[in-house]
Amino acid sequence: MKIAALGIDVGSTTIKMVAVNSVGEMVWNHLEQVDPRVEKQVDSFLEKLRNEIKSLEGIPLVATGYGRNLVQQAVKNITEITCHTRGVYHQLGHGGTLIDIGGQDSKVVVIGAEGQVLDFAMNDKCAAGTGRFLENSAARMHIPVVEMGFVALSATEEVTISSTCTVFAESEIISMLAQGIEVEPILMGLHRSLVKRVTAMVRSVGLAPPLLLSGGVVKNPAIRKVIEDETKEKVFIPEHPQLMGAYGAALFALGIK
Amino acid sequence: MGMTASLKYYWNVKVTGQPFLYWQRRQAERYPRIPSRWRMDILSPPLRIGARTKELISRHYLEGRYASGHRPVAWVTSGGPVEILQALGFYVLYPENHGALCGVRGAVVELSGMAENAGYSTDICSYARTDIGSVLSGKTPVGHLPKPDLLLACTNICQTVLYWYRVLARHFEVPLILIDTPFVYTKVSDHALGYVKKQLENSISISEQVAGCRLDYRHLKQIIRLSKDATELWQEIISRGRHQPAPISVFDQFIHMAPIVEMRGKKETVYFYAELLRELDENIAKGKGAVRNERKRLLWDNLPIWYRLRYLAEYLGEHGICVVSSTYTNAWGELASLMNSEKPLESIARTYISPILNQGTKYKLDTMKRMVKEFQLDGVILHSDRSCKPYSIGQIDQRNKLIQEFGIPALLLEADHDDPRAYADEQVASRLASFVEMLDD
Ligand code: SF4
Repeated sequence: MKIAALGIDVGSTTIKMVAVNSVGEMVWNHLEQVDPRVEKQVDSFLEKLRNEIKSLEGIPLVATGYGRNLVQQAVKNITEITCHTRGVYHQLGHGGTLIDIGGQDSKVVVIGAEGQVLDFAMNDKCAAGTGRFLENSAARMHIPVVEMGFVALSATEEVTISSTCTVFAESEIISMLAQGIEVEPILMGLHRSLVKRVTAMVRSVGLAPPLLLSGGVVKNPAIRKVIEDETKEKVFIPEHPQLMGAYGAALFALGIK
Repeated sequence: MGMTASLKYYWNVKVTGQPFLYWQRRQAERYPRIPSRWRMDILSPPLRIGARTKELISRHYLEGRYASGHRPVAWVTSGGPVEILQALGFYVLYPENHGALCGVRGAVVELSGMAENAGYSTDICSYARTDIGSVLSGKTPVGHLPKPDLLLACTNICQTVLYWYRVLARHFEVPLILIDTPFVYTKVSDHALGYVKKQLENSISISEQVAGCRLDYRHLKQIIRLSKDATELWQEIISRGRHQPAPISVFDQFIHMAPIVEMRGKKETVYFYAELLRELDENIAKGKGAVRNERKRLLWDNLPIWYRLRYLAEYLGEHGICVVSSTYTNAWGELASLMNSEKPLESIARTYISPILNQGTKYKLDTMKRMVKEFQLDGVILHSDRSCKPYSIGQIDQRNKLIQEFGIPALLLEADHDDPRAYADEQVASRLASFVEMLDD
């Protein structure tokens, strides 16, 4: 394994590292829940990598994400908007409107034909349009996060969750469960509620097709389906949707577009 | 008005206070000191006029401190037609300006919290909450605010002021003059003007009663002329932002706009702005910009974020970005041409019906478009102000229209002008950083 550059994305929930070779192919990656002691965690990541390739001497590391300033080992910090854009563009080879649903932060980025950021929007100071919205609700219903999407897709009906606020949605769920409503339709309703928040953000910047999707929540199949449903657009997902920020950072470290 | 109060006023204001403030200012001018935290590597040294701004504002609040009993006191909204009150000798206090000062001094959370504890919702404008909190607790970073004898609210900025001033009127048990300015959708109609003028006429007798004297129209005309001159100078000052590099950033404008808001109609204000203009022209001649290495130029829409002025100025300055114009500071200059001392009441009516917040959203969009061209701007920051709904409405469309028409990036930044609890440092930082990267792309 020949490594030419590294990228790290310190998000609010997970921390990811990606290594690329000299032509920008992803050759290694690692993902963990984020630890408050970021610097130590980055050291342990580097240690893991060193076990595989001996020396990391002279390999540049670029950091992105909320915690990017905490990464002392990085040669440069770049925001997640710019890094996600570069990662997705490089992997898919075209622009479009990127939706990235993260743990606490969701964003919509309009990527131009040359891979430049044309416009972006982020959720406001509220977790309603983010992965946290679903996580909280899943926890309320004692359903593991990883199964949530599958359970939702098995629903034959759907209920409307009217609250857009995570906290209010929880009490709405409790009262629905108390009324004897099944979890599947509730879960489907929750997915729709989340997606509606996100598509409102898409509208605020204007949708320039194709629609691209990345972020941790993408592993959930219901999200993709509901987004396609709501936007009537086909959704494209890069191969490693959760790693796009770190990948873009690595490409920056390498100096490729 | 009372004899003892007047003696106290003369002694504390005229004999000791003002000469002291004057001396302090002269000292500061003679031995200018740059604040130790000033980022000289990215920003030019503070404007010389700063010493005078400080003197003017301190003097204003000093006068206020001893005004009760000596002069009639009126509390008015920022867009209130004050010329009549000035002509009647009122000491005029602007709770919004006081609110801004509380924002800069970091006193808003405490004061607003007091209003919230009394039952006022956090959804109400933070200026109103800060003021009501200050009234209820008697606390203010300026020492003491004089109790009003009269209140004047004008709806040309928002409807919030109507309810806010009713609260004040009930609390202080003093008369409230309400000037209702019909919204201007496309153009000012004659009947709307007539309606405002009638209200102004009616307000005169109440104001005269409270002041205990008759309105002298000659004096009123003089005050309108002074207002107009100061406003014209202010307009010139902000237009200097067209120069590259700009000699003044909007962050400086925000600080130095206090006199045009709360000291219109005074001689000192005219001298003050004439002096500021001279300083800017000197700096232009020397090629000195507010941001040392100006590479990009932006527009700011909406009120400032008072408690983060320095952070924003430095963060953007560090990237060679100067925010050179704003719809907010422009609002205090663009009305100059409507002021006409020969037709006092008509012109007051016309001036005060025309502020940006009393006009349709297209008017603001057109203003921004004009600014993007005139000031040769590279981008726009639209502060979506949680408090100020009338200013923030339509911003998403305005943003999109600017992007479409000029192909420049525009950022919607969510915050509140006065309440830091509605501001998320990390989120703002990450949006700004992405925006800066976009500007550079
Ligand atoms: S709502 Fe806006 S216009 Fe009204 S007082 Fe507050 S800041 Fe001023």
